[in-house]
Amino acid sequence: MSDTHTPPIKVGLFVTCLADMFRPEVAFATVKLLEQAGFLVDVPKAQTCCGQPAFNSGDNESTRKIARQTIEAFDGYRYVIGPSGSCIGMLHHYPELFADDDPWKARAEDLKARAFEITSFLVDEVDFSGIQSDFKGKITYHDSCSGLRELGIKQQPRQLLSEIDGLELNEMQEAETCCGFGGTFCVKYADISNRMVSNKTGFAADSGADTLVGGDLGCLLNMAGKLKREGREMEVRHVVELLAGMTDSAAIGDADYDLGQEL
Amino acid sequence: MDIKSPEFKQSARIALQDANLQKALGNLKAGFPGKRAAAVARVPEFEELRDQAHDLKNHILEHLDLYLEEFEARVVENGGQVHWCSTSEDARQTILQICREQNAKTVTKGKSMVTEEINLNEFLEENDIRPVETDLGEYILQLRGDHPSHIIAPAIHLNLEDVSEAFHEHHKRPKSDDPAELMAEAREMLRKQFVAADVGITGANFLVAETGSTLIVTNEGNGDLTQTLPKTHIVVSSIEKVVPTLEDMSLFLRLLARSATGQEYSVYNTLSSGNRRPDDQDGPENFHVVLVDNGRSDMVGTQFQDMLRCIRCSACMNHCPVYGSVGGHSYGWVYPGPMGSVLTPQMIGIEKAGLLPNASTFCGKCEEVCPVRIPLPKLMRHWREKEYEKHLSPKAVRWGLSGWAFLATRPRLYRLFSSSASKVMRMLGGGKGKVTKLPLAAGWTDHRDMPTPTGKTFMQQWDERQKQEKQP
Ligand code: SF4
Repeated sequence: MSDTHTPPIKVGLFVTCLADMFRPEVAFATVKLLEQAGFLVDVPKAQTCCGQPAFNSGDNESTRKIARQTIEAFDGYRYVIGPSGSCIGMLHHYPELFADDDPWKARAEDLKARAFEITSFLVDEVDFSGIQSDFKGKITYHDSCSGLRELGIKQQPRQLLSEIDGLELNEMQEAETCCGFGGTFCVKYADISNRMVSNKTGFAADSGADTLVGGDLGCLLNMAGKLKREGREMEVRHVVELLAGMTDSAAIGDADYDLGQEL
Repeated sequence: MDIKSPEFKQSARIALQDANLQKALGNLKAGFPGKRAAAVARVPEFEELRDQAHDLKNHILEHLDLYLEEFEARVVENGGQVHWCSTSEDARQTILQICREQNAKTVTKGKSMVTEEINLNEFLEENDIRPVETDLGEYILQLRGDHPSHIIAPAIHLNLEDVSEAFHEHHKRPKSDDPAELMAEAREMLRKQFVAADVGITGANFLVAETGSTLIVTNEGNGDLTQTLPKTHIVVSSIEKVVPTLEDMSLFLRLLARSATGQEYSVYNTLSSGNRRPDDQDGPENFHVVLVDNGRSDMVGTQFQDMLRCIRCSACMNHCPVYGSVGGHSYGWVYPGPMGSVLTPQMIGIEKAGLLPNASTFCGKCEEVCPVRIPLPKLMRHWREKEYEKHLSPKAVRWGLSGWAFLATRPRLYRLFSSSASKVMRMLGGGKGKVTKLPLAAGWTDHRDMPTPTGKTFMQQWDERQKQEKQP
């Protein structure tokens, strides 16, 4: 991307609240990939959540407030990149929140045009092919719904993963079927969600892979939680951890770190 | 039909534990989606057909009154009559009156979801007219005193044993579990009814404005016998089924069966155009079309108008992971699955049907397969907006949401909160990487473990990293 004569382009990292709180590694891996692709990464402090919980609960007023805050926080960045099809998909919904004659609508459209999920950004926008990862293992890939159906993310992560020599991809049955997370759905309709995630972990285990990989932490926490409860050995990781070669830390829901030190 | 939609969650829980139902749903999931995909793959221009159908339906909805009036004029020219009914009650009374004029004792019925919507069978029975369902699935349900759980495969929730049991009990014949034998048995029973019927009632898949024709598609041919043998044929249809021309109809037919069952076409596509003419070999002496509105015209011009493009193919429910888990009866009224979750609140009120548009992860599979590109998740979300505006969402949800929104719009406070929450969760995890019980998230931890944060929040760690880099 960048050569020595032009200063690197600045991108704003949309951290996502789940990566921020549950798995900072995912955000760091995203930063690493963006830096490898020649970008300068900045993390605007005025960001919080994309607003999806409010949007999907029908609370448009709160969603609009959060949208305006996010739009302002990411003003001026050439690109806005996040490790989640779902949250970036939400940023793409912002224009729907404002009336045509509202000046915020144009700003929302502008943000939408600059906002990308990390794997599709690397493949579709910058044609990146410098993956450096010594990950070894058999994986299976879950296509998270929002990324797949709202942003068309399907082959991009697979293309990037195929650059990792030691990696073997075993596709599972129904890779495109929802895992049953659905934000508040998994708590409000716990029984149905449980059935859906059980179907999913069954298919994942049947694939013969030892690591389940995906691009959205919500789904990954859901599936990892179920796999742990079922006592299955399978590890769960976000795709950027593999792509950035950052798989030394424990997989999602696995134990390893020294509590005293961390706190 | 009693409204059970407010009990969606309880019904779903029972359905999830019903081994028989789960077996039946397994068959559905193993059947329809694969067949649809194969049928679609054989039509290279399928996506363009969807676009055309989407645009054409929108055009029709903009001019619904004109096309319906044209349709009426042609029906009258063909010797038939059109009855405009704004409510279910209007429709029931109209149908009853026609039956009474014919002194009808028995009416045969082709498969029709609109007659379910207006609760016709029960009403006819109360008025001493015996309705006989002639679609095999509907016939089985009628014997069992049951209701459809799917809009094109009404008895999909049943297994062979259930059918065998019902036939044995009602036909008083030795029990059989051979599908061919059961089919023959049903055919034999139904033949007598076809001949005895005074009136035949069918639904309509399309109403053709240019010819005043109605069309039904079936795979059993029962619709043909229902409408040609009795002296009187009543077509009960909702208003949005009208299409301008026969050619337009053929566009929808190219999409309908492929999206539904994965067939190129249904086995029988039967057009009815008015009364029997002097040199016709068969056909009814009286042809009536009962047009049911039932809240549909109120949807025109609103954010729910898109729903009126629906051609009732059932693809959305066949591909829905929620429908596939709990089956159609859990939805508690006539229309199940994603299309039902949009339509039912319109017809019985969001107060009663609120759980339905919420019972979705918004995975978007329904929209992906809908032949007329109805944005079903978006429409379900519009119902959630209505619910929120009317203060119908549960109090705990509203409070939780406003507390969260308060934080989310104050980044500093939010960071403070997330770093302490992260710390608390890490303490609960005690280094194991997960917790098995969380008091406020029992819905989650009843079924799965909760992975805990792996360290300080990203924002904290990023800050520290920035500070270190700045140090000389
Ligand atoms: S909403 Fe779409 S997919 Fe569902 S029944 Fe109607 S036309 Fe078919």
